[in-house]
Amino acid sequence: MHPNALLLRAQRSEMLAANIANADTPGYKARDINFQEVLAQQTASHNQAGAMRKSDPRHLDGVAPQVFNTEQYRVPLMPSLDGNTVDVQLEQTEFAENSVQFQASLRFVNSRIKGMMTAIKGE
Amino acid sequence: MSLLNVFDVSGSGMAAQTLRLNTTASNIANAESVAENPEDTYRARYPVFQATLSDQVGMMQRGQKDPLNPDALTPGTVTVPGVVESDKPLSLRYQPEHPYANDDGYVAYPNVSVVEEMANMISASRSFQINVEVMNTAKSLAERVLSLGQ
Repeated sequence: MHPNALLLRAQRSEMLAANIANADTPGYKARDINFQEVLAQQTASHNQAGAMRKSDPRHLDGVAPQVFNTEQYRVPLMPSLDGNTVDVQLEQTEFAENSVQFQASLRFVNSRIKGMMTAIKGE
Repeated sequence: MSLLNVFDVSGSGMAAQTLRLNTTASNIANAESVAENPEDTYRARYPVFQATLSDQVGMMQRGQKDPLNPDALTPGTVTVPGVVESDKPLSLRYQPEHPYANDDGYVAYPNVSVVEEMANMISASRSFQINVEVMNTAKSLAERVLSLGQ
């Protein structure tokens, strides 16, 4: 789960960076992904829901669809006159939260690798 | 990798804000510049910002570039398609002794509002700072990924 989460967090950080970079672009609509929903979809597609049914063990596994249309527009609290819906404060807090969560996932992956290394070395 | 795309996106934001600061500097510096012909008088300049969007669904979400067009910019970057001149009327001041005064004694000064320009300058510098902040965070995250398993 955590490697998946890392990928998603990285994608989300790009999206939030794009929102912040376009804070002064007229007509730009801020966008984000619903993290919980996408992660649930990603992990579910590897397990049971939407997976192909096999009548023979030699059948190949279906490849999970890679495109999830989960990009959503943010509902603006105070839309500006030029049609821009970026709230820089909100985007900045989301970005900070996203990077902390990224580091948390990274730490989980890291400790798993460390555990394997310990097992390999047998020290 | 999408963490590295953050550098493209924030970098383009910084470049766009720098251009905005540049036009602001030019506007303030030329706020009192007059010319012999009112048509040649300096007019306030403003950059036009535009977002690069991907035409393929989900492309940006996966942090990928268009495979058919590898030279395309990373989706989400800011581009500046051009700089426009303000079409506000020039401000006429009554200065009959001025060498460039017209027959009625008026001199056409640029349509630059210094107060507006100062507000623009503050906004540009704040936006620039936020982009630097985002880029720094992305850099430290990428460094942590590189040191994974060590």
